[in-house]
This record gives sequence, structure tokens and C-alpha cells, in this order.
Amino acid sequence: MTLPLFAPFDDPGPDFASLLRRTHPDRRQPAAAAPSGSLDVRHGTTVVALRFADGVVMAGDRRATEGHTIAHRTMEKVFPADRHSAVAIAGAAGPAVEMVRLFQTQLEHYEKVEGVALSLEGKANQLGQMVREHLPMAMQGLAVVPLFAGYDIGRGIGRIFNYDVTGGHYEETEHSATGSGGRDARTTIKLGYRDGMARDDAVELAIEALYEAADEDSATGGPDLVRGIYPLVATVTAEGFDPVAEDEVAARFAALIDRRRAEGRRP
Amino acid sequence: MTMPYYVAPEQVMKDRAEYAQKGIARGRSLIATTFEGGVVIVADNPSRSLHKISEIYDRIAFAGVGKYNEFDQLRVSGVRHADTKGYAYSREDVDARSLANLYAQYLGQVFTHEMKPLEVEILVAELGNELRRTQLYHVAYEGTITDEDRFAVLGGETEVISERMRDAWRSDWALRDALAAAVAALAGPERTLAGEGLEVAVLERGNGRRCFRRLSATEVDELLG
Repeated sequence: MTLPLFAPFDDPGPDFASLLRRTHPDRRQPAAAAPSGSLDVRHGTTVVALRFADGVVMAGDRRATEGHTIAHRTMEKVFPADRHSAVAIAGAAGPAVEMVRLFQTQLEHYEKVEGVALSLEGKANQLGQMVREHLPMAMQGLAVVPLFAGYDIGRGIGRIFNYDVTGGHYEETEHSATGSGGRDARTTIKLGYRDGMARDDAVELAIEALYEAADEDSATGGPDLVRGIYPLVATVTAEGFDPVAEDEVAARFAALIDRRRAEGRRP
Repeated sequence: MTMPYYVAPEQVMKDRAEYAQKGIARGRSLIATTFEGGVVIVADNPSRSLHKISEIYDRIAFAGVGKYNEFDQLRVSGVRHADTKGYAYSREDVDARSLANLYAQYLGQVFTHEMKPLEVEILVAELGNELRRTQLYHVAYEGTITDEDRFAVLGGETEVISERMRDAWRSDWALRDALAAAVAALAGPERTLAGEGLEVAVLERGNGRRCFRRLSATEVDELLG
């Protein structure tokens, strides 16, 4: 290994992805080499994000499927992107996790090289470029669709961006959900969403949305009371990324089920 | 055709060393020392934006004295090295020793083969964990590398400052004491330095994954009491 030094006219700047292309040309995924046709790769998912008074809540189920079988029960789909933002993934698990790793490194790399963090919109654009570069793989059936949310320090609000497979990204003013169970989750959030919700209400709503999605979608995992596996929930506020403790998530699911039983509805 | 003059290699090296030393001595000095919670780095630097101390990786910090453009280029290449290594392997595989060696090789190469040596001295500090111990690597302009586990002084007048620091140094002292001693050693008997004229950063445990943190001028003044 040698020190990665570049002449001033030839410098890759604070962009980690282009640095990687220069120093490790073989590490980038060979998009054209992917076999065509349908592959049994791991897919997800339901991930949701919604705004509340102090920022955003993001949550995702834990199930990964390969075709009709459950491939993994404890997969993590909600990640801190940096101190003030979070990214959640839906789609082919392998490339999605790799994309998150590259994205996390990219944000931190920029911050260290430049001495200042990217703006929230800058981060959203960066992720969009990564999704766009992934388009050839998406055409082969390995689509990755992330959801990005964070706290905009300059504006003092939480913001949410959702993506399509071409890297197009669109800001959502209230909430968003993606993945195979996204539609069901969205319906639940739409019914319960209020402007300026408190943190607890927002976490509760995200949990309820995942619960409903898991009820309708086979590729979304609900709370696994037998094994003690629960969806991941995190908040992003001015204080930064903060995962909600598993105990709290478990307690909220238990309360949700009890409440429904008491009301005479199906749990 | 004129014949080039013969210059003895000893003379060439001596001239280059003198040139580099002069360049470094013109700048202000810097001290890094261990304390009970990690490593604190203190630089005599009135600028708020042109940093001498920076973050390289989760547990690794960089500090440089001498020509700003030269050590800043080394800093950026260190960040690039660490981030690519951490991405290709894993975060725990990134260590200060291999980075310090790369710096030493590069500085040595430039010193012997280029017209002009780099007028810099750099420090690579690593906060220890279960895998590695806390270490300060000091790399000189000609590529000499030394490892310290107590403190390191970079820049001009290192002899005098080291002397003052050696007398004051205690193992496992509090941040407040380490900072006060480093500031006193940098300032000497005739000057006093306060938060505004200092750049201070720490690598400390309990900050989460990224252990590097800058201390604001007010925070420094509070600690100096």
C-alpha cells in the first residue's frame, strides 16, 4: 500500500467514490457482468419515515426473503448515514447494504477532507447518484430503493426524501414508505399522521404502520414474539441519530396488541 | 561546456536538512500528550479555520507543523488511506502504525530524491483499545519515525518545550492538568496563551465510534480556569 497522493490538477477532491475508482478500479461492481433473468436474491421489506415536532422517525422490519423462503430474520434495514441523517433500504439486500456502506463512508470522507459536513440536500443528492449508478443492476432485477431522512441543521427541521430506481429523489413533506409492504404502511400512517406530533406518538405510529404492513405482506416481518425480534426504530433530531431501545419497541408492540384485544378488534 | 561542480553527498543532505529545519522552526509549536481519558493535542495556532490538528479516522488524529499546504496534503492523503482501507477491509483494521510508516516512507523519499524537502513535521496519534495501545507517532521531515507513549513536541524550540513538559508530565492525569501543562510548556515563562490563541482537540473514549473532538475556545478557557 502506498500513500494515495495526487497532483493538484488531478485530485479526486472530497468524493470517496471517485477516489475508490482511481485507487481500486477492480473494487467497483461490474454491472454488465451480472447474469440476466430472475435470480433468487434476498429482498425486503417495509421501511417508513415520518416527520414529528423535533425531527424524523424511521423504522424498518427485519425480514429478508429469497423467493418464497425466509432468508434472514434479524436483518437491519435502518442505518445511521452520519450524525444527523439516517438511511433505510428496500430491494436486493446485498447491493443495498453495500450501497449504505459506501454512502456512510462517502459522507464521513467528505466531512473529514473538507472540514465541514455536507448539507442535508447535498447528502440526498449524493445518494441519488449512487442509486442512478446502480441502474444497470436494477434492470437485471437487483433494484435498490432507499429512503433517506435527516435533521436539517440550517433550517431546524426534519426532512424526508424518497427515491426511485433511476436515482430520482423527491422530498416528502410529511411521511414516506417504501418496499413491498410500503403501500399498506403508508395507508396506516396517512390515517394517523398529524402535523407537529410528539416523539412518542410518531414512534407509535411508525410501529403501527409496520404492524399493518407485516399483516398484509409476506415479505415483511412483524414483531417476532417467540424469538424476541422486533423492527428497528430510530429518531433523528438536533441531538443526532438515536436508536429507540429494543425494550421500548417490544413494550409498544405488546401494548398495541393488548389495546386491540381490549377494543374487540383482531390484534 | 561547463562541468557541474562536485558536491559531496554529506553536504547535500546537510543543506537540505538545514533548509527543512529552518522552515519548520519559523512556525509555531505543538504538543500532544496522553491523559486518563485519551490523548489531547494542543497547538499554538490563532487561526480558527486553518487547522493544524484534524481527524483521520475513528481513533486516529493527525497534527502537523511547518508549511501548511504541505502538511495539509499529507493530512488529506491520510484520510484517503484510512477510509479506503476501512472500506476494503474493516474499520478495526485501520491503524496508526501503518499510516505513520507510509508517511515516513514518503517523507524519506522526498528528502533524498527531490530538489526540495518537505518543511513539515507530523504526528499521528492513536487512542488505544482492546486491540492496540495508545501511541503517538512522530515523523520528522526526513522520514525519521519515533513512537512515544507519553508526549510529543513538534515544531521549533522543541528542546526547551520538551524540557518543560518532561518536568510537568504525570501518568493518567486529568484533561485539565494535561492541558494546563501543555499550554504552559508552549507559552514559556514570558508569554501567556489562552483559548483564542490555541487550537485544542482530543481523542477520547466515550464519544461513540468517532473519538476525535475539537474543544472550543470557551471550553479551553474554562478548563484552564
